[in-house]
Amino acid sequence: MANQGVNRGRRRFLVAATSVVGGAGVVAVATPFLASLQPSARAQAAGAPVEFDVSEVEPGQRVSIEWRGQPIWIVRRTDEMLEGLSKVTDRLRDPDSENEAQQPEYAQNEHRSIKPEILVLIGICTHLGCSPTFRPEIGHPDMGSDWQGGWLCGCHGSRFDMAGRVYRNMPAVDNLEVPPHHYITDDLLLVGEDEDGGTV
Amino acid sequence: MAGNPAEKWQGGLLGWIDARFPLSQMWNEHLAQYYAPKNFNFWYFFGSLALLVLVIQIVSGIFLTMFYKPDADLAFASVEYIMRDVEWGWLIRYMHSTGASMFFVVVYLHMFRALLYGSYKKPRELIWIFGVLIYLVLMAEAFAGYLLPWGQMSYWGAQVIVNLFQTIPYIGPDLVTWIRGDFLLSDATLTRFFALHVIALPLVLILLVAAHIIALHEVGSNNPDGVEIKKNKDENGIPKDGIPFHPYYTVKDIVGVGVFLMVFAVIMFFFPMGGGLFLKPDNMIPADPLVTPELIPPVWYFTSMYSVLRSVPDPFLGVVAMGLAVVMLFFIPWLDRNPVLSMRYRSFAAKFNLAAFVVAFVILGWLGLQQATTMVSEMSFRWSIVYFAFFFLLWFLSKERSAVFSLVAFAVVVGIYTIYDILRFDPSDASMIMWSWLIPTVHLFVCMVAPVFARGLGRDRAVPERVTS
Repeated sequence: MANQGVNRGRRRFLVAATSVVGGAGVVAVATPFLASLQPSARAQAAGAPVEFDVSEVEPGQRVSIEWRGQPIWIVRRTDEMLEGLSKVTDRLRDPDSENEAQQPEYAQNEHRSIKPEILVLIGICTHLGCSPTFRPEIGHPDMGSDWQGGWLCGCHGSRFDMAGRVYRNMPAVDNLEVPPHHYITDDLLLVGEDEDGGTV
Repeated sequence: MAGNPAEKWQGGLLGWIDARFPLSQMWNEHLAQYYAPKNFNFWYFFGSLALLVLVIQIVSGIFLTMFYKPDADLAFASVEYIMRDVEWGWLIRYMHSTGASMFFVVVYLHMFRALLYGSYKKPRELIWIFGVLIYLVLMAEAFAGYLLPWGQMSYWGAQVIVNLFQTIPYIGPDLVTWIRGDFLLSDATLTRFFALHVIALPLVLILLVAAHIIALHEVGSNNPDGVEIKKNKDENGIPKDGIPFHPYYTVKDIVGVGVFLMVFAVIMFFFPMGGGLFLKPDNMIPADPLVTPELIPPVWYFTSMYSVLRSVPDPFLGVVAMGLAVVMLFFIPWLDRNPVLSMRYRSFAAKFNLAAFVVAFVILGWLGLQQATTMVSEMSFRWSIVYFAFFFLLWFLSKERSAVFSLVAFAVVVGIYTIYDILRFDPSDASMIMWSWLIPTVHLFVCMVAPVFARGLGRDRAVPERVTS
């Protein structure tokens, strides 16, 4: 038979070597296909910062603008809303914004903003990405008499206070994210870039 | 077969082909001489109906692809164009959307049949595995297809589901960006979902269906009695309780096709939205990344799994639980070691377990459509326990258990979720936590403890030698 006089060791070596080279080839060919699914150069370039004049926001009003295809909320909080922030502290999960991923350093304070009254947030729930509804009415019967204003996510019921801080025992576990931003002039806001040019 | 005089007069063409391609052989192996048990009942319609819906989806899908534009700026308008301007376009689209829901109706009933008659048991484990894989691919196919009209529900439904992957520790955020192909759900996501929906997943689906049928025809069909018909053969080696699939079951299945198409046509012509279950009014609004709809329930066929997700407070564990709710199906052939196949001869406890599973699946499905209130979350949690307890009890009821083992196992299982209840105890929800505790406990009690005191409840009956009807 053909098996007679076969050098089995050499045959095994050739089979193994061919398999390894073939396997490396498969991995090499798979790489461009899998990598092609990543954001394209155009998508990466589309994240340019946007300007906004905050003087047009009335006290208590929330304005939505778009940055990187996401809703950005700009709220001018009233004094009443700012006072409410300290009343809810013991019901929040991360009242002191200790999770550094959720805001730049300059927004790591009680009002989570550069100017106390102007709040800038990414309007996407940190649970599964819905856009929460603005519920500024203090003590609204829907939300409970101790409600100090904030946001309610219609999808899974997460609640956030007027600084985007999440309440305890909610589906979402992180505060709403504050995007990098700074003021070019007193009223002109640039969303998407820190003062020193950082974008994340 | 060439020697068969009945076939000879068909001329030389068949003979010519048979010498080059096994046409007659395949016809005989899979239809004319494929012997199926003679006692198939109502539940055996759904396999062939699933095949019919697959054909409907492929044909209507091919025609939709001719008019649809996979582009975030054009997709919504192109669907409107199909609905309003393309000749009979509305019919083709409603056929496809109705077909999607009917596919799941048929597949769920088909899977229930397998659970009812033990069709997943030896030697049919691989048929079941291929079947669950088909179910998985079907879910992916339906999910990808749902994004294509680029309406509000398409967009936000996909947003929620894609973001599920974000909860995976460490790699989550990068993985989601990779899936979307962008930092948000965008045109890049739409085009890749389109490619998956019209090419990749249908190909996989067809291959799996072929594997499912080849495996079935290798071992032969099960039947409502769970009796192996191949054990009783006549002198020609033909099962005594078997009849050729063609013409007997082809004719029977055509009756099923007729009735099914009537139901299909009624939905397609008169209730294409299915009361908001099949198509949602919110999806008639173009996708807007800045505005989330009030309520984002998934399409009805995903809501049971979605309820399992919502019943767990921790996001990542919720995703794990939802994944497990599907993955557990793969293990059924090895969980249920009971030699009796059909529920007809299984104990009361086994029947009760299956009934509880069906009830849990339906209730979880309903809960998944509701706004997430405290009560809905609590009910989702309790019925999720029933859902998972089904799998445990499949194993537990594999044989008659001793009194001590039954009671200890019962105490341990009930103890697990009772400890969790004590940990999360909140005086304001006390009564709700306590009465809803009864839901899984009654299920476990009937299947584990009741047979200890009334042995008849846990005892399987003798399976007859031959099929009964």
